[in-house]
Amino acid sequence: MDQNHMKKQINSARNSLFQQGYLDEQFIQLEDLQDDANPNFVEEIVTLFYSDSTRLIRNIETALDNYPLDFCKLDDYMHQFKGSSSSIGAKKVKDECSQFQECCKARNTEGCIGIFRQVKHEHATLKRKLETYFQVSPSNSLENRHTLQRNTQLCAAD
Amino acid sequence: MGVKMQGHHHLVAVSLNEQQLGIKRKYTSYIPRRNQSKYLALWIIAFGFVAMNVYKCIDAGHQERIEEGLVSMCDQRARMLQDRFRVSVNHVHALAVLVSTFHYYKNPSVIDQETFAEYTARTAFERPLLSGVAYAQRVMNSEREEFEKQHEGIIRTMAKEPSPHRDEYAPVIFAQETVSYLHLLDMMSGEEDRENILRARATGKAVLTSPFKLLGSNHLGVVLTFPVYKSKLPPKVSVRERIEATAGYLGGAFDVESLVENLLGQLAENQEIVVKVYDVTNPSNPLITYGRQTQEGDLSHTRVSMLDFGDPYRKHQMTCRYLRKAPISWTAFTTASLGYVIVLLAGYMFYTGAIHIVQVEDDFDTMQQLKVRAEAADVAKSQFLATVSHEIRTPMNGILGMLALLLDTELSSTQRDYAQTAQACGRALITLINEVLDRAKIEAGKLELESVPFDLRSILDDVLSLFSEKSRHKGIELAVLVSDKVPRIVMGDPGRFRQVITNLVGNSVKFTEHGHIFVQVHHAEHSEADAKSETFMNGISEGRAISRFRTLSGREAADDRNSWDTFKHLVGEDEYPFRAATAEKVDLLVSVEDTGIGIPIHAQELVFMPFMQADSSTSRHYGGTGIGLSISKCLVELMGGRISFVSRPKIGSTFFFTVAFNRSEKSTVSDLKKSLYEDLPNAFTGLKVTVVDSKPVRAAVTRYHLQRLGMVVKIVNSIQMAISMRFMLVLLFSLPSTLVELQQDRNERQPDLLLVEKDTWLSNEDTGNIRLSDHRPIGHTSNSPKMILLATNITSPEFDKAKATGFSDTVIMKPLRASMVAACLQQVLETGNQAKQGRLMAKGSLYLRSVLSGKKILVVDDNRVNRRVAAGALKKFGATVECADSGKTALALLHLPHTFDACFMDIQMPEMDGFEVTRRVRMMESNANQEPMSETMTIEGSAFTRTGEWHLPILAMTADVIHATFDECRKSGMDGYVSKPFEEETLYQAVAKFFESNPPSDRSFKTTTSKNGEP
Repeated sequence: MDQNHMKKQINSARNSLFQQGYLDEQFIQLEDLQDDANPNFVEEIVTLFYSDSTRLIRNIETALDNYPLDFCKLDDYMHQFKGSSSSIGAKKVKDECSQFQECCKARNTEGCIGIFRQVKHEHATLKRKLETYFQVSPSNSLENRHTLQRNTQLCAAD
Repeated sequence: MGVKMQGHHHLVAVSLNEQQLGIKRKYTSYIPRRNQSKYLALWIIAFGFVAMNVYKCIDAGHQERIEEGLVSMCDQRARMLQDRFRVSVNHVHALAVLVSTFHYYKNPSVIDQETFAEYTARTAFERPLLSGVAYAQRVMNSEREEFEKQHEGIIRTMAKEPSPHRDEYAPVIFAQETVSYLHLLDMMSGEEDRENILRARATGKAVLTSPFKLLGSNHLGVVLTFPVYKSKLPPKVSVRERIEATAGYLGGAFDVESLVENLLGQLAENQEIVVKVYDVTNPSNPLITYGRQTQEGDLSHTRVSMLDFGDPYRKHQMTCRYLRKAPISWTAFTTASLGYVIVLLAGYMFYTGAIHIVQVEDDFDTMQQLKVRAEAADVAKSQFLATVSHEIRTPMNGILGMLALLLDTELSSTQRDYAQTAQACGRALITLINEVLDRAKIEAGKLELESVPFDLRSILDDVLSLFSEKSRHKGIELAVLVSDKVPRIVMGDPGRFRQVITNLVGNSVKFTEHGHIFVQVHHAEHSEADAKSETFMNGISEGRAISRFRTLSGREAADDRNSWDTFKHLVGEDEYPFRAATAEKVDLLVSVEDTGIGIPIHAQELVFMPFMQADSSTSRHYGGTGIGLSISKCLVELMGGRISFVSRPKIGSTFFFTVAFNRSEKSTVSDLKKSLYEDLPNAFTGLKVTVVDSKPVRAAVTRYHLQRLGMVVKIVNSIQMAISMRFMLVLLFSLPSTLVELQQDRNERQPDLLLVEKDTWLSNEDTGNIRLSDHRPIGHTSNSPKMILLATNITSPEFDKAKATGFSDTVIMKPLRASMVAACLQQVLETGNQAKQGRLMAKGSLYLRSVLSGKKILVVDDNRVNRRVAAGALKKFGATVECADSGKTALALLHLPHTFDACFMDIQMPEMDGFEVTRRVRMMESNANQEPMSETMTIEGSAFTRTGEWHLPILAMTADVIHATFDECRKSGMDGYVSKPFEEETLYQAVAKFFESNPPSDRSFKTTTSKNGEP
């Protein structure tokens, strides 16, 4: 009963991440890659993503402080950021990154700064949510993961 | 002026040419760009002056002629006056001579007053100008008394008073009667007369007074005085002697006014000129002799002629003027003004021309700017398309991925079909997105057609599957039929062909509510031959109007070529020798027939225009942009064919197009891409099937699909016929003794399957079914044919009834596709189910696993996360993965010899991008390949091909789906690309390219043969 309750909780936490558009199917693929040989694959990737993205955010912040802005450099950083985000399926962050790149192309300084704030916001939100999720989720349980995957498929089908 | 204007045009043309050559606004304009009106004013003023000058020039000549006229007239008058005067003077002279001769030389004098008066009176006609003549004697003061005594009177002054004492007197002694009042008047008492007398006797010549008012008349006149000497004087004599010798003076008064008046009166043109005569002895104060003192007449022309009246002391002149101003010279005026008008008009022409040219130039500039903007918009559009298609692709990949996962699970055949259909649709959608990108290419004329071998029939099946759900939903029959004469594999562009078919069928599905959609592919030559023999008509023929239409669904179609009568020729047995077999080209005629709303006559011409639909309500009702047909037309023309259609409103449309494919070599069949060539299971070869269908066209379609599966098909048009055949067999062979023996015989004759069309079954329900079911117990269950229902749609009561009648659980739903039919039959026959599973699994992760396991793969990406994910994905399929975080590291790892089987390369990397790395790797490889064989070739498991050449398959990882990127991948030597993030399906497709020659079952060979690079 207790286990059931916990499953439900995890499920709902996960589903809300998808339903609210924080994550997309790429995350499911990541989870798919996780198996007995690689029990903590998703968590590992996500951790990697956070260390990577924190560095990138710092770089971008430094670049944004220099005036006039070096749009090429910003675009470069953001390309990397976007690549990482799309790899883990962080949909909202990725969308913001795309917008940031649009602004870079348009050489819109204020837009860049504004959107970067949003990028950071989304990034932080996702981090918080994922942390919570990983705390409750016993991701090394294979059985659990399969159940989750089923549910996700249903979600995606919706 | 004409030359001038031509010059202008020429310059304009030149400047336009320069613009056309793309020199933007750099041309030197020969036309003022602003202030044209100022230039016009300047022009008008300048030519105003010119016109005035012209007028003056011409007028000057005119004035000269007037002047000449005046001069000649004036001179003539002066001469005449002078002559007349001289004549009179001579007469007076003669009188003087007379007086001296007869008065002084004769002694006593023979002349007295009476004689003189008479003589002068009688000779007065000689002197018309003289009012009278008189002779005054010189009388010294000493002689006065004697003289007064002699003449019995006293000397009086001009005032008729007795003269005071003077030194001498000049009293008149003889006078003409007209002037008899002068008798004894002292001429020397008058100022002018005295002066005259003194001058006359000093010079001895006739002298004149200045003009004055004559006595006795108001006219101005002059007095002529001649001296009379007492004796003849020698030629040279001094003034003093002359004065001494003076005896008297003869004088006459000239009435100058009458004289001139008289004279002028005799001349013509008298009225035109004003003549004045002046005494100019004292030049500062000319005295008028004739004419009024006031100025009159035309002051602009004056002629002064000198007059010589014989008195050198007195000077006279004649002044002539025109009475009226000379009339304006009309020639000059008209010439000048007309010229000016012409110049004005020309100026105005230039003005308007300049304005027009400037306007045109401005417009041209605007156009150019707009053009630039339009081009920019076009570029933006392309970028937009690329972005949007990318954005669409990402979720689509998700959908496809999920479907792939779904297909890996346990599914019923219907579910599997649905899932497969969904996957096919998704793939088609992605293809379509790429096609949207290609539309730009078509418009730019940059589209290049592929030429790869492909299976026409499976393409058509794919297209059909796209629309099957929709057609089922609408309840329309959707069928495809490819003539047996069309080769199985042809060379061409499957994507484009599919695009055209998809578009046409999509349109038909969109616009059809009842009836059928029928796609046919025939050899162009056969169908043309038929069309000729058939005398095809677009109208409704009499016979057909009455009977049911023998088309696929029984509804009337726009083009009766597809009705059974003609159709049977096309699909009939090989009545034509296969004469095209040797030809290089395969000309196909594809027709898509529907029984939809048709195209209104007025809109038929616009059908192939982009963005044109029959009317605006069409897009409201049916959606769509109307661009499809125009793209189809372009594509068909690119493929060397033509597209046309026959349409009758409310009846339907039939679109035809021809297309020329190359005949494929038999040997290339094995190179077909997996996606384009789907192997049909051959488990059904030789199976005997009887199709029960009352509609021959529909039956032919069914037969076509079944024959593709290798079955032997027989068509009957009613259940009764099928039963009677069976019944006979059963009757004949139902004796138990001969059962075994006959069993084999029966196997040859009795069908294994009985496919019954739902319509036919329902229409025969009362008779056929009962008997059919009645027979079932009689036949041997194990050997009796399976009965399967064919239906477009079926309701559950119908389904129940069908089951009750003895049909199997599986109903084959239309539209028919060979693979789908196969799947259903498999389910019914429960044979080859496992094989099928295996086949499907091969396409999924199992296949990937089999292909990738044990492979050593290098993943190059500067992004840690991406790298890790890619590595994870590849590891999952059993590959050994090594990572490189930059192009340089990758190059170092790939230094020959190495042991990698494949490389996945990110494109956008700092320092050295994926293209560059690939180029360098390829360079290294080609260098190594040229070197003689060395011991490196012995390395086990390297990317060494069997032919001994290095070629490492390199796949690009990119988030871009733009074709340009793909082209660039190819250019730099990459073998393919996978979209990032990894997705099973694309990974499968990309990997399958390299390892597809390696069937999954041959796992034992894989380690040795899988190193084959691309062929």
